Amino acid sequence: MKFRAKIVDGACLNHFTRVSNMIAKLAKTSTLRISPDKLNFILSDKLANGGVSMWCELDQKNFFSEFQMEGVSAENNEIYLELTSENLSRALKTAQNARALKIKLTNKHFPCLTISVELLSVSSSSRIVTHDIPVKVIPRKLWKDLQEPVVPDPDVSIYLPVLKTMKSVVEKMKNISNHLIIEANLSGALNLKIETELVCVTTHFKDLANPPLVSESTSQDRNPEQMAEVHIDIRKLLQFLAGQQVNPTRALCNIVNNKMVHFDLLHEDVSLQYFIPALS
Amino acid sequence: MPLLTQHIQDENDQYSLVASLDNVRNLYTILKAIHFRDHAACFATKNGIKVTVENAKCVQANAFIQAGIFQEFTVQEESVTFRINLTVLLDCLSIFGSSPTPGTLTALRMCYQGYGYPLMLFLEEGGVVTVCKINTQEPEETLDFDFCSTNVINKIILQSEGLREAFSELDMTSDVLQITMSPDKPYFRLSTFGNAGSSHLDYPKDSDLVEAFHCNQTQVNRYKISLLKPSTKALVLSCKVSIRIDNRGFLSLQYMIRNEDGQICFVEYYCCPDEEVSESES
Repeated sequence: MKFRAKIVDGACLNHFTRVSNMIAKLAKTSTLRISPDKLNFILSDKLANGGVSMWCELDQKNFFSEFQMEGVSAENNEIYLELTSENLSRALKTAQNARALKIKLTNKHFPCLTISVELLSVSSSSRIVTHDIPVKVIPRKLWKDLQEPVVPDPDVSIYLPVLKTMKSVVEKMKNISNHLIIEANLSGALNLKIETELVCVTTHFKDLANPPLVSESTSQDRNPEQMAEVHIDIRKLLQFLAGQQVNPTRALCNIVNNKMVHFDLLHEDVSLQYFIPALS
Repeated sequence: MPLLTQHIQDENDQYSLVASLDNVRNLYTILKAIHFRDHAACFATKNGIKVTVENAKCVQANAFIQAGIFQEFTVQEESVTFRINLTVLLDCLSIFGSSPTPGTLTALRMCYQGYGYPLMLFLEEGGVVTVCKINTQEPEETLDFDFCSTNVINKIILQSEGLREAFSELDMTSDVLQITMSPDKPYFRLSTFGNAGSSHLDYPKDSDLVEAFHCNQTQVNRYKISLLKPSTKALVLSCKVSIRIDNRGFLSLQYMIRNEDGQICFVEYYCCPDEEVSESES
């Protein structure tokens, strides 16, 4: 198993830092999957912890100027590492305005992801900051739990409104209730609702766009006004929204009635999928 | 558009209270200033709304929002009274965010149908509408401090900045805040008696911060610091404060607050003095 990669471009470095910050906000521990073309950050929570799952994908060639890897074996040319997400984002904090960043899988008594940051300095001598992030190498037999989630056929698919507005609404709703109902229809309406003994609050977003229907999907003969709804843990939604520091290029919300909500986001060339299951 | 007007008129008739506001922050900030307990009592008359919060039967805060602050304000009955969860109300009023975003205003329409009905809030920002239905509760009797301006012994009007620092740095290890008001030296003194020693803060009567000084006789009264501390919220927002003490030692703090549109609102705190405990008992 081998992995080493290098970023030299400032914009790529900033972008990678942003991605790792987002991951740190979304998942305490995540799995980093390294394959010859792609990097994935994966979260697949146990049902007892809420059952949220996340799948973030980036093309290595959009970030790295050098990228070498050798997987577990020739036919399974992949590496799966479990790490504390915040460790990575904290290590990258020092990389702002760095000249170069190197990531390497090392073994220093235990497996580590070693991040070395070459910093600019006033004098000609360069300074190098090295972080060793402890990782757990995930054995081959557990990989099957970490595969790309299958996106179920949604009842309603709708583009999300400005995430900042959504975030402040959900933040306030969280003060009042633990659960939230998210509902949407095929004529551009999306509602966020909470109901408690004390108060009912509904925020109505209108005139949103619905993506064109996939041909054989079930939603084809659906009444466009009919709402599909799902009851979810409000903290999971807030966590997702809080992780989005910049407005994504595209943000899609797919609702499977009473089953789950699936968010499909695109930040330039990084795609993020986030699944929140319905509360039973 | 007579038809539309007719429609709004009919709609308004079924509500005993209807109030609309272009900028919800004008209501939010002033209610935030009296938010030290979960529940509040609301009284609406044709002059406006009074919101009252009380604690420990010793302190009462009133926020007055005059009818003129609202763009539309109608009360069908002589007075409309209900009790409401203020924490929830504030969360609803600030549903689009607590800190202002430049260039965007949240508009509010508030309707109340009458006893037993919820308070309805319609908030709108940038085309997004939030509807809140907050259940109201049985109104409870509020305290009557019987504070009458004819019984006021001493009164000082200060620019709030003069009191702001003093209040934010109050020694909270002290149980009480002692207020001395006197026609003679030290004129106006705030004292605390904490773990690290006593502290006294004197304001000379000819200070630039003192706008009016009407003290007739020396009064030294103590107030529970834990009860007065919440008034800091109102103090921070205010431009002027009037401090009055009556013949029973009851304290009234009146804060003049200028809202984002330059209109004036008032928040008033009443607090009863801390009962004297003789040396032998303690």
